[in-house]
Amino acid sequence: MLTAIIALTVLAIIFGLLLGFAAVRYKVKSNPVVDQIDALLPQTQCGQCTYPGCRPYAEAIARDEADINQCPPGGESTIIALADLLGRDPKPLNAEHGEHAEKTVVYIDENVCIGCTLCIQACPVDAILGAAKQMHTVITSECTGCDLCIPPCPVDCIHIIPAIDETKKVHVELPQTPLLLNEME
Amino acid sequence: MQDKLNSIPVRKTQWKFHGGLKLAGHKKQSMQTGIATAIVPEQLIIPLQQHIGRPAKPVITIGDKVLKGQCIATLKDPTSITAAIHAPSSGEVIAIETHAIPSMNRQTANCIIIKTDGEDRWLPSIKPVDNPTSLSSDTLKQLIIEAGIVGLGGAGFPTHLKLTAETKPLDTLIINAAECEPYITCDAVLIEEQADKIIQGIQIILHTIGIQHCLIGIEDDKPQAIQALQKALATINNHTIQLIQIPTRYPAGGEKQLIQVLTGKEVPLNKLPHDIGIVCHNIATVHAVTEAIKEGKPLIERVVTVTGDKLQQPKNMRVLIGTPMQDVLNECGYTESNDQSLIMGGPMMGIHLDSADYPVIKTTNCILVRKKQKQPVALPCIRCGECARVCPANLLPQQLYWYTRAKDLDRVQDYQIFSCIECGCCDYVCPSHIPLVQFYRYAKTEIWTQEADRKKSDHARERHEYRQFRLERKKAEDAERKAKKKALLNKKQGIKTPEQDSKKAAIEAALKRVKERQSEQAAIAKNTEGLTDEQQKKIDEVEQRRKNKLQKEKLNTKLEDN
Repeated sequence: MLTAIIALTVLAIIFGLLLGFAAVRYKVKSNPVVDQIDALLPQTQCGQCTYPGCRPYAEAIARDEADINQCPPGGESTIIALADLLGRDPKPLNAEHGEHAEKTVVYIDENVCIGCTLCIQACPVDAILGAAKQMHTVITSECTGCDLCIPPCPVDCIHIIPAIDETKKVHVELPQTPLLLNEME
Repeated sequence: MQDKLNSIPVRKTQWKFHGGLKLAGHKKQSMQTGIATAIVPEQLIIPLQQHIGRPAKPVITIGDKVLKGQCIATLKDPTSITAAIHAPSSGEVIAIETHAIPSMNRQTANCIIIKTDGEDRWLPSIKPVDNPTSLSSDTLKQLIIEAGIVGLGGAGFPTHLKLTAETKPLDTLIINAAECEPYITCDAVLIEEQADKIIQGIQIILHTIGIQHCLIGIEDDKPQAIQALQKALATINNHTIQLIQIPTRYPAGGEKQLIQVLTGKEVPLNKLPHDIGIVCHNIATVHAVTEAIKEGKPLIERVVTVTGDKLQQPKNMRVLIGTPMQDVLNECGYTESNDQSLIMGGPMMGIHLDSADYPVIKTTNCILVRKKQKQPVALPCIRCGECARVCPANLLPQQLYWYTRAKDLDRVQDYQIFSCIECGCCDYVCPSHIPLVQFYRYAKTEIWTQEADRKKSDHARERHEYRQFRLERKKAEDAERKAKKKALLNKKQGIKTPEQDSKKAAIEAALKRVKERQSEQAAIAKNTEGLTDEQQKKIDEVEQRRKNKLQKEKLNTKLEDN
């Protein structure tokens, strides 16, 4: 009886120490789930999900504060990927946050631009080039189409144009899906 | 002669590939006559990109006069997936603009448009090589690059990229003469008419790669072509080239299937024939190589089978690249109507076209005009497994279908969607008429799109994070600078030079005086409210006295000073 108690106590102490050591030694700094979620988000940093950027939204999802269907630029494929990652059921995009649209970029009408730099400060990916009282221009290949530069512009010289998408040229649509057997009359 | 023929044995193969179909050939109708030559059209539309990879770079400008065989677009570096393009006839370049090109989803591409002058004048500086085997491998490769030769069998992969062993040494050249799709006969007639050139081309390619072993794979439903090859082989008396007859079974002409049938070797998953020491060229490509080197003719024309039940005179024609399909069809008794479908390529893998307003490109092996097939309504998948039985790539088509349907693209890749050659066998046998290949095309292109999106978003994340970092750094730097400035100021105030001391004393004295005066005035201002007239009078008197006294004092000091 006594030996059993002693033996178990000693074992418990050993394993406790081992676990304690492991917890300190192999501590994970950032939440890996947040990183994984962040990797699936489209990184437009547009804020349509009501969070100030993709990473804050990823953190909110990880904390279970936000739903997985709040990202209009990502659309269905992002929702499916998130559902897959988090083991939830995919659901349609929440229309409150906007609709999934074709990819766009912005274009600055250089004749109208007054060089105020407000759009440069608003761009989350540093895709606008310019300086005070100098003409600004958008680096199209870096633009994510978040449209965050449009509200600050005092002269409304920023316009949305469709993005040139090389992969879209060859993209084939999904054919009409046949019914399932149990859906037949 | 018969003896000589017999000395060239036609081996039958002992291997086969998984699945496949026995299809009705429909090949006789276009083989009634020999190869006709199509007339030179008024306008040639030549796309700058006729294959996967990058478009070629035009070297002419609008308004230039060009001669037949003149290079009009070139490749920047010989390792890129690009091929040079030449003027198919003489004339004037009237535009370089976008035009519809034959493709799955009505793509447009930049095209050079030449208005022909009808003279069909050749470039004078063409130099044929009589004895190609005397040239070095690199010279021959350069000639092939300059001739703009691409694989004429299907995908149009630039030929010069398949002439070097990159990772492993090559040991076998396989010549694809299978031509397994129904209706198409352009390779068969080319063999019948030009077998000599084909054998010469094989010798050139063998010499260029530097190997000694070649297998020609040909389906057994083309006895005349086999005989023509035997005859040509008999004249060269060389045993490095073996003719192998393979059973007619679709898709025996698929690269990996043909390799398996001829050698029994299977190309490993996600690997290329190169990796097992094999390189495959189409028979028409070989013919083009001979013409390019022995006659100095770049790739400006090809043999096209124009056939189908809806054509009055189906035949094989030698067509200039860039000829509008309408012109070609007009020569074969084509009438436009709504109950026929126009296909570039064969009925199994061809591209359905919505009009004849497309140019013939380097990969146009067939133009098929068929009675429109009613697309039957797709019924539910009953899991019969027929598709898996016929799949030549050994895949599980129904699993791919279910996962594509569920948009579970990871799983689709686990089931090796990219090994699918889109041969259409599964479509053909599906009792529920599900358009399976379309599902696979969707899955493949969707995976590409998502991959591109992911790359883009990774890039955006990097930039965003860097911006965040930059802003933070700027903040920290600003704070640091401020702190430094302050510290510097404090330091300055801490050290007292004599000059500063006197100045400081002067300032302090001035301040003191001001303060005194203020306190004086404050003294004056005290208790001045709610006074009676008598009190006010007294105050005024005292004030007057004080002022007089002050004035006197001031006068005295002034006098003293003077």
